[in-house]
Amino acid sequence: MNELPQQLVNGLLLGAMYGLVAIGYTMVYGIVQLINFAHGEIFMTGAFGALTVYAYVLPDGTSMWVALPLMLIGAVLVAVVVAVGAERFAYRPLRNAPRLAPLITAIGLSLALQQAVWAWYPEAKSARTFPQIDGGPFHLGNVTIQTGDIFLLAAAPISMAVLAYFVMKTRTGRGMQATAQDPDTAKLMGVNTDRIIVIAFALGAVFAAVGGVAYGLKYGQVDFRMGFILGLKAFTAAVLGGIGNIYGAMIGGVVLGIAETLATAYIADLPGMEKFGSQSWADVWAFVLLILVLLLRPQGLLGERVADRA
Amino acid sequence: MPGKGLIVRQRSLIAITAALAAGALTLTACGSRDNGKSSDSGSGGGTTVTIGVDAPLTGDLSALGLGIKNSVDLAAKTANKQNYVKGVTFKIEALDDQAQPSSGQQNASKLVADNGVLGVVGPLNSSVAESMQKVFDDAKLVEVSPANTNPALTQGPDWQKTKARTYKSYFRTATTDAIQGPFAAQYVYNDSKKKKVFVIDDKKTYGAGLAATFTEEFKKLGGTVVGTEHINPDTKDFSAVATKVKNSGAEVVYYGGEYPQAGPLSKQIKATGAKVPVVGGDGIFDPTFIKLAGANSTGDLATSVGAPVEQLPSAKEFVANYKEAGYKEEYAAYGGYSYDSAWAIIEAVKKVVEDNGGKLPSDARAKVTAAMQNVSFDGVTGKVSFDEFGDATNKQLTVYAVENGAWKPVKSGTYTG
Repeated sequence: MNELPQQLVNGLLLGAMYGLVAIGYTMVYGIVQLINFAHGEIFMTGAFGALTVYAYVLPDGTSMWVALPLMLIGAVLVAVVVAVGAERFAYRPLRNAPRLAPLITAIGLSLALQQAVWAWYPEAKSARTFPQIDGGPFHLGNVTIQTGDIFLLAAAPISMAVLAYFVMKTRTGRGMQATAQDPDTAKLMGVNTDRIIVIAFALGAVFAAVGGVAYGLKYGQVDFRMGFILGLKAFTAAVLGGIGNIYGAMIGGVVLGIAETLATAYIADLPGMEKFGSQSWADVWAFVLLILVLLLRPQGLLGERVADRA
Repeated sequence: MPGKGLIVRQRSLIAITAALAAGALTLTACGSRDNGKSSDSGSGGGTTVTIGVDAPLTGDLSALGLGIKNSVDLAAKTANKQNYVKGVTFKIEALDDQAQPSSGQQNASKLVADNGVLGVVGPLNSSVAESMQKVFDDAKLVEVSPANTNPALTQGPDWQKTKARTYKSYFRTATTDAIQGPFAAQYVYNDSKKKKVFVIDDKKTYGAGLAATFTEEFKKLGGTVVGTEHINPDTKDFSAVATKVKNSGAEVVYYGGEYPQAGPLSKQIKATGAKVPVVGGDGIFDPTFIKLAGANSTGDLATSVGAPVEQLPSAKEFVANYKEAGYKEEYAAYGGYSYDSAWAIIEAVKKVVEDNGGKLPSDARAKVTAAMQNVSFDGVTGKVSFDEFGDATNKQLTVYAVENGAWKPVKSGTYTG
C-alpha cells in the first residue's frame, strides 16, 4: 500500500502545530528583535490552562462540544497573562540592555515556568491526560485523520487568516508594521510602541494557546516539559520560513514537519542508509535541510520582508 | 631514550594522581566533618546509618522513582520500629537523578562524600547506573538496584560471550533483559501465536538491549522481523512510525523502552487502524502506560520481573504497611524490589555490626559490600540472594495484559534456555 499520502498528512499536522507556535517567535522577533525562548513554555501553560478549565472548572462529564470553546478561552487567558507578565516584568526592564541580557532572561524564564508548573500544578509531575473528542477517525481514501486532528486542521488556517487580516487591515496591525520597521519613527508618528509590543506578545500567546489545545487533543496528554523541544522546533520553523515573517512561520513549520515525517518514513529505504533512517535521525535530517536552506537563502524561505513583518 | 620518557611520563602520572587524591581527601574530609556533627547529636540512641536512594523523582519517570523512594523509606522505618539492628537507626537520603546519567553521577559523588551512607538503592535506569557504578565501586559503597535490567551492568560488555563481573559493589534485585527479552519472545510466539513482529526501541541502554534480546530469540523460534525503528524519546509524535507499522503487515509490535513514549506510541499505532498489540518490558509496566495509551490499549502486553506483588503471600504485609504509612504515590512497578533492595542493605549492615561486637567498624563500607554477597532472606518478592555477578538468583518473570484499564497477570514463569 502506498503510504505517501498518509505520511504527508502526518507531516502536515505536525507542521501546522510547529507553525502555530512559530508565529509567536516570529512576531516578537519582528518587533523587538528578541528570541523569546520562553515561548515554548507559554504554549505549555496554555495547554494547562485548557486542562484546568476541563478538570477543575466545568462539571464532570461536560460534552467536549461545550467544553472545547471554554477550554480555548481558558488556554488563551492563561497564555496571554503569562506572556504579558513576562514582557512586563522580565523583558521591558531590559529593553535597552545589551541583546544577550533578555536572551538569557528568556532561557531562565523558560526553566522557571517549567518548574513552577511542575511544583504547583496538581499531579503535573508526570504527564496528565487531556480530554479527547469522541468519534472515530475519518477516512479519505487510504488516509486516516483522527478526530483530534480536525481541530488542528481547522484552527491553523483560520488563525492564520485572522492574523493576516489583523496585521494588514486594522489600525493596530498597521501600528505593528510601523513599529517593526522603525520603532523610533513609529513613536514619533504617535504609535504607542509599548502597547504594540505588549500586543505582539499577547497575539503570539494566543496562537501558542491554540497550539497547546491542539497538542492536547492530538496526543491526549500534556506535561510540563512539552514546550521545550516543541519550542525549539517552532523556533527552527520560524528561522526556516524567514524570521520576522508571519507567513514564513507557518510555511516553515509545515516544511519542517513534512521533512521530519518523510525522513522517518523513507530514508531507511534508500540503499546503504538503513542506519540513518529511523525517527531518532529525523531531527538530524530536519536540521540538514535547515542548513541547506540557510546556505542558499540566508533570509529563510519567504525572507524577512521588512514591510510585512509584524 | 624510551626509558627516560617512560619515567617522565610515570612521574607526571604520579603527580596527577597525587593531586586528585589530595582533592578527593579534602572532599571526604568535608563530608565526614559534616556528618560528624549529625551523628554526634544522635549518639544517645546509637549510630545512624543512611541508606541513599537515587531515582528519577521528577519528570516523566517520577511515578516509578517516587515508588522506589517511598518503599525504601518504608524499609528503613520498619527496621527502626522492630529495632532490627541493635544500636543502629536507619534514615534515607533520596536524590533525584531525573533519569539523566550526568545527574546520577553527581548524586553518586554526593552520596560517597557522606560517610554516614553505607548503601544505596537505585537507580531506575540502566543508563544512569552505568555512570554511577565506578564512583560507588571506588568508594567500596554498595549499590543495589531494584530496576536495572541491562545484562552488561553485572556481566560485563561481552556478556553474550564471556561473562565477567565488572564492579564488585553493584547488585540488583531485578531480573536482566537477557532473560526478559527472550521470555517475552517465547510468550508472543508460542502463546499469542504471532509470527510477524515490528521491533521499535528508544536507543537507550535499557530499550535497545531489551529489543536486541527479544529479536534474537524471536528469530530463533522461527518468527520474522518485518521492520525495525528507533524512536526519538524527546518527541510525542510517532505518527510517521505508526504509519510504517500499519503498512508493514506486522501482527505485533515489540517496544524496548519506557511508558512515557510507549503509551503515546501504542495510542498512535491503534489510531492508524492497525489492530496490533504493543508488547514491552518492565519499563512500560505501569498504570500510566494505560492512561497514556487510552482505551485501545486493551490487549497490550508487558513482561515484568518476578511474580505479581499483590499475589505473593510474602508481599501482603508490604502492601498493607505501605497503605498504612500513607504515602501519596503508589509503590508502582518496583516497590517490592526497592523494599527488598533496602532490606538487603539492612541485612548486610546487621551482619557487619554483629560480627564487630555491636558496633560499626571503621571500614564499614567495604565490610557491608562484602557481606552483601552472602545476604539471603525471604523478602517481599520471594527469596532474595545474589549470584556471583551480583544478579538476583530469583529469575521469575510474569506477562501482564491490559484488560479493563488495568494490568492483569497472564502467565508467570522462568525463562529456560
